[in-house]
Amino acid sequence: MSELTPAGRAALLAFTLLLLVLPAFATGHVLSVAIICLNLAYLGQSWNLMLGFAGLLSIGHALFVGLGAYASGYLFAKHGVPPVIGVAAAIAVAMLMGALIGYLGFRFAIGGVYFALLTIAFSEFVRILLDHATFVGGTEGLFLPVTRRSGVDLINLRGWTEMFYYVILALCVGAFVLCRAMLNGRIGYFWRAIRDNPEAAEAVGVHIFRYRMYAVILSAGMAGVSGVFTAFYNNNLFPEQVLGIERSIEITLAPIVGGVGTLFGPIFGAFVLTPMGEFLTFAVDGLKESGLIAKNVKTDGVKLMFWGLAVALIVLFKPSGLWPWVCRGLGLVKSPEQRG
Amino acid sequence: MESLLKLCSGFDPVTIGTAVISGVLTGLVYGLSALGLSVIFGVIRIVNFAHGELLVIGMFLALMLFRWFGLDPLWSIPIAAAVLFAVGYALQHFVIRRVAYLPDHYQFLLLAGIAIMIVSACLVIFGPDAQGVQLPYALDSIPIGSLIIDKVRLYAALAAVAVASALLLFFKYSSTGRAIRACADNNLGARVVGLNVDRLYALTFGIGAACIGAAGCIILLLVQVHPYLAPGYTLLAFVVVIVGGMGSLFGALLGGVLIGVAEDLASVCTQPSLKTAFSFGLLILVLLLRPQGLLGRIAR
Amino acid sequence: MTSKRSDGFGKSIGRRSVLAGAAAGAVAAAMPLRLASAQGAKLKIGVLMPRTGIQAQFGQDSVRGVELAIEVLSARGYPQVELVHADNETKVDVGRAQAEKLIDQGCTMLMGCYDSGITSAVAQVCEQKTIPLIVNVAAAPQITDGRFKTVFRNFPTGPMIASDAFLLQKEVFQAAGKAPKSAVLLHANDTFGSTQKDASVNLIGRFDMPYKFSEVISYDPAARDLSAEVRKAKSTNAELVWIITRLNDAIMIVQEMVKQRWEPMGIVSTGPGPYDDPFLKQLGKLSDDIINMVPWFDPNKPMSKLMIAAWEKKFPDRTLNTSVSHSFEATLIALDALKRAGSTEPAKLIEALKKTNIAENVTVGPAITFNDKGQNEKTRNSAIQNRGGKLLPVAPAAAAVTKPIWPMRAWNARG
Repeated sequence: MSELTPAGRAALLAFTLLLLVLPAFATGHVLSVAIICLNLAYLGQSWNLMLGFAGLLSIGHALFVGLGAYASGYLFAKHGVPPVIGVAAAIAVAMLMGALIGYLGFRFAIGGVYFALLTIAFSEFVRILLDHATFVGGTEGLFLPVTRRSGVDLINLRGWTEMFYYVILALCVGAFVLCRAMLNGRIGYFWRAIRDNPEAAEAVGVHIFRYRMYAVILSAGMAGVSGVFTAFYNNNLFPEQVLGIERSIEITLAPIVGGVGTLFGPIFGAFVLTPMGEFLTFAVDGLKESGLIAKNVKTDGVKLMFWGLAVALIVLFKPSGLWPWVCRGLGLVKSPEQRG
Repeated sequence: MESLLKLCSGFDPVTIGTAVISGVLTGLVYGLSALGLSVIFGVIRIVNFAHGELLVIGMFLALMLFRWFGLDPLWSIPIAAAVLFAVGYALQHFVIRRVAYLPDHYQFLLLAGIAIMIVSACLVIFGPDAQGVQLPYALDSIPIGSLIIDKVRLYAALAAVAVASALLLFFKYSSTGRAIRACADNNLGARVVGLNVDRLYALTFGIGAACIGAAGCIILLLVQVHPYLAPGYTLLAFVVVIVGGMGSLFGALLGGVLIGVAEDLASVCTQPSLKTAFSFGLLILVLLLRPQGLLGRIAR
Repeated sequence: MTSKRSDGFGKSIGRRSVLAGAAAGAVAAAMPLRLASAQGAKLKIGVLMPRTGIQAQFGQDSVRGVELAIEVLSARGYPQVELVHADNETKVDVGRAQAEKLIDQGCTMLMGCYDSGITSAVAQVCEQKTIPLIVNVAAAPQITDGRFKTVFRNFPTGPMIASDAFLLQKEVFQAAGKAPKSAVLLHANDTFGSTQKDASVNLIGRFDMPYKFSEVISYDPAARDLSAEVRKAKSTNAELVWIITRLNDAIMIVQEMVKQRWEPMGIVSTGPGPYDDPFLKQLGKLSDDIINMVPWFDPNKPMSKLMIAAWEKKFPDRTLNTSVSHSFEATLIALDALKRAGSTEPAKLIEALKKTNIAENVTVGPAITFNDKGQNEKTRNSAIQNRGGKLLPVAPAAAAVTKPIWPMRAWNARG
C-alpha cells in the first residue's frame, strides 16, 4: 500500500467496492461476463508468477487448469467427493505436473522458448491422453451431477451464479494478496534477482533451481484451483475445451496487455480485454442491424483480429504492459522520487 | 522409440514396411513445411510463431491462383515464393527487428500476435470453410507390387528434397549465402567485417518465408485450406525442427521423416488418434536429451 | 506527468474516468441487441448458435432453418414472434454468458446450441431461470437423462442414431439383396464420434446384423493426413465401411480410399460430413453412393414440401440438411407451444411444451411428443444416399424417393 498515492488508494478501494456490490445491480449477463473476467484475471496472476517472477514462459498453462478440473470433477462425479476436499487433490495433481515439468526443464537446462515448447508439448500430450481416458469420459465428456441450482452450497459448489461470482472474486483477491506478500518477502527478492540476472544471483548464493521450482509449483497449483472452479461452474468437461491450446493462449493475453511482472497488471488486463471483446461483438452486431455493414459480410475474425493487434502493439510499443503506464499517468502510484 | 518398436513387433513386415515408406514420404512433406522455420531460427535466432500462418497465406495464394487462372499449385510455387519473400522481408525489417533486443518471450508474443492477426484476416477474407483445389491427378497412385504409392505425396517429397538442396547450395556457394552464414556463426564478427547484418537478416527471413510459400503450394495438393489450419502446422514445424535440429536444413527433413514414420507406425500398431501424442512424446524426449536436435549445432 | 499529479482537477478527472469507463463498459455489455420495444404480446425467442468458430457452418445453417420456418409458418397462421440472435462462438463460457444476455433481454424461450457441451451449460442457466430450452441439434445422451427440467430435445441421442442405423442398414441390404459379412468402424475421436462409436459397438448385439465389427479405429479429427488410418482400415478387408466424421476428414478419407484403390461393398456414415455441400463439391462423382444414416426430413410429408419449396426459392445453391430441418422443426415446436399456451410466460410455455403433439412435422417419424425427460423418443432417422451432388432418401420406404444403389459403384465407373 505504501507505493500508492492517495488517489491510488482511493481508486483501489472504489474498484474493490464496485466488485463487491456488483451482483446487486448487475444483470445475469453482466455477472457471467464478470465471472469470465475474474477467472482470466486469476489465471493471469498464476501465469504471471512463472513469467514475471521466475522468467519462465509457459504456453501450456491450460494443462494445470485441466488437471485440476478433471481431478476434482472425477472425484465428485464418480466418488461423490465434494469440491472442498477435491480441491486438495486438484492442487496436488497440478503441482505434481508443475514439479515434473519444472524439474525436467531445469535439470536439462532448458530455458526460454525451448521451455515454452516443453509446456505446449506436455499440455497437448496430456490432452490427447485424456481424450482416450474412458474413466473420465474421454472425448464424450465428463458430466457432473447437479442436484440443486439455487441457494448457496459452498461445500459442493452448487448454487446461484452470485455464489460463483463471490467464490472467484475471493480467489482473485486471495491470489493478489498472496502474490503481493511473496513478492515483498524474501522469496520475491530472490525471484526478481533470478529473473533479472541469473548468473549474478547464483554468484551471491541464491539457489536458482529451488526458487524457480517454487514459482512453477505455486503457479501450477493456483491454476489447478481455477480448474476446480471451471469444473463446477460449467458442470461438464471436455479435454479439447479445457486443455486446448486456445485456452492456453487466452490465459496469456490479460497479463501481457496489463503488464507482465506487475501485481495488478493481469487484473487490469482482464478487465480491459473482456468488456472490450463484448463491446466489439455488440458493435459489430449493431452495425449489421443498422445496415451499415451488409449482413453477409463475414465478421468471424474481428474479435480475434483485435486480440492479435492488441498483443502486437503492446509488445512493440509498451512491452511492460498498459498498467504501469496507466497508473503512472493517472497518478495512482508514487514516482521513485516520492517514495524517497 | 523402443517401446513403439516393441509394440510393432507383432505386425507383419509388409504392413510395417508400407508404414515406413508412407511415413518417409509424409515426413518429407512435413520437413518441407518446416524448412523455412529452420532457416529463420538458424540464422536470426527468431522463433517464428507465425510460421503456420505464413504457410496458410501461401496456401490461400495458390488457391486463388488456381481459381482465377487455373494454375496448378506446383506452377504457383515461384509466385508464392516471391510474394512470401516480400512479406517475410518486410516483417523482419519493419517489425521484428524492433524486438530483437528484448528477451525471447517478447519475440514469441509479438509473432503470436501477428499470427492471430493473420488468421483473423484470413477469416474475414476467406471465411471459415475449408476450400481446396480439384486436380485431375490429385488422386493418382502408383502400384509397386503390393505397395501403392501416392503420386502427389511422391511429388511433394521430391520437391522437398529439391528445395532443401537448392537452399543448401545457395548457402554454401553464393556470396550472399555465405554472408548469411557468417552472421549466424558470429554476429559481432560479421558486423566488424562490414556486413550489413540487418539487411542480411531481412533477406534470410524473406528466404525462409519463400520456403514456406513454396511448401504451402505443395501442401495444398494434399490438404484443404482454412484459417484454423495454421496453429497445427506451426506446432508441427516446431516438433520437426527441434527433433531434427534447429538451423540444419537436412535436419528439418530428417526430423520430418522421423515424425512421419513414428506417426505412421503408431497408427498401425495402436490407435491412430494417439499418433500426435507420440510426436509430442518424441519432442519431449528430444528436448530433454538432446535439445539441439539430431543434426543441430549447439544452441547459444 | 508531474503537472498532472499536482493538478487537483487532473487527478480527479483521472480517477473518475477510470471508474466511469468501467461502468460504461459494464452497461455497454448489458445493452440489448435490439432496443426493447414496448411489450406487445410477441414472444421473444433467443436463438443461440455457433455463428463463428469451428462449428460456424452448422450454426449458420441452423439460423437459416429458423428464419425459413418463421416465414413458412407465419404464412400458415402461426403467431408472430421476435427472434433475438446470439453467437456462442463454439465456447462454453461464451455460450453461457450469451444465454444470460438473451434472458436479460426478455427472451422467454431459448433455442440452440448445436454443441453438446454448450447446450449442457446453457440448459443449466435455463433451468435456473425456469426458461424453456428447445434443442435443435445436440446428441449427447446426458442432456435428456433427467438432469434438466426445462429442456426439450427433438434430436435423437447417440444411441438412438446408432439403433436406427442398424435398422436402416437392414432395409438397404434387403432391398439390394446383398449384405456385408464384415465391417470396420472408422470414427473421429471427438465428442460426437466417440458417443456414436460406443453406442454402435454396444448395441450391435441387439439387432442380429449379418456382420461383426472386425476393428474399431479412432483417428484425430485434426490430423492433416489420414493415409495410415485408411490403410489400417483397408487391411481389415471389411466389406462395410462405417464412418463417423466431421467435414474435412470425410473428404480426406474418401480421397485416400481412392488413392489406395480400396473399393469396399459400401460406405455408411452416421455423422456430418458426407452430406455437406463442400464434400459434394470437392469430390464430385467420388462422393456418390455413400449412404448417410442421419436425422433427416421426410420429403413426402406436406410440411416438408412447404419447407423444401421455400428453401429452394431462398437458397437455391445450398443443400437442405439436418441443421436446417431440425432447426425448422424446433421453431415449429416453439410456435405450436406458443399457440396453445396463449401466453409468453415461461411457465405456461413449459407446460404447453410438455404436451406437444405435432402431426404436421418434417422429420421422419410419428407426431412430435416429448417424454418426461424432455426427449422425443420417437423421432427416426433416414438413409440418404449421395447421387450426383444431390441427397436422395432411400430408406425407410415411407420416406424414400428412390431405391438405394448397393453395393457402391467402382471409383472410376461413375457417370
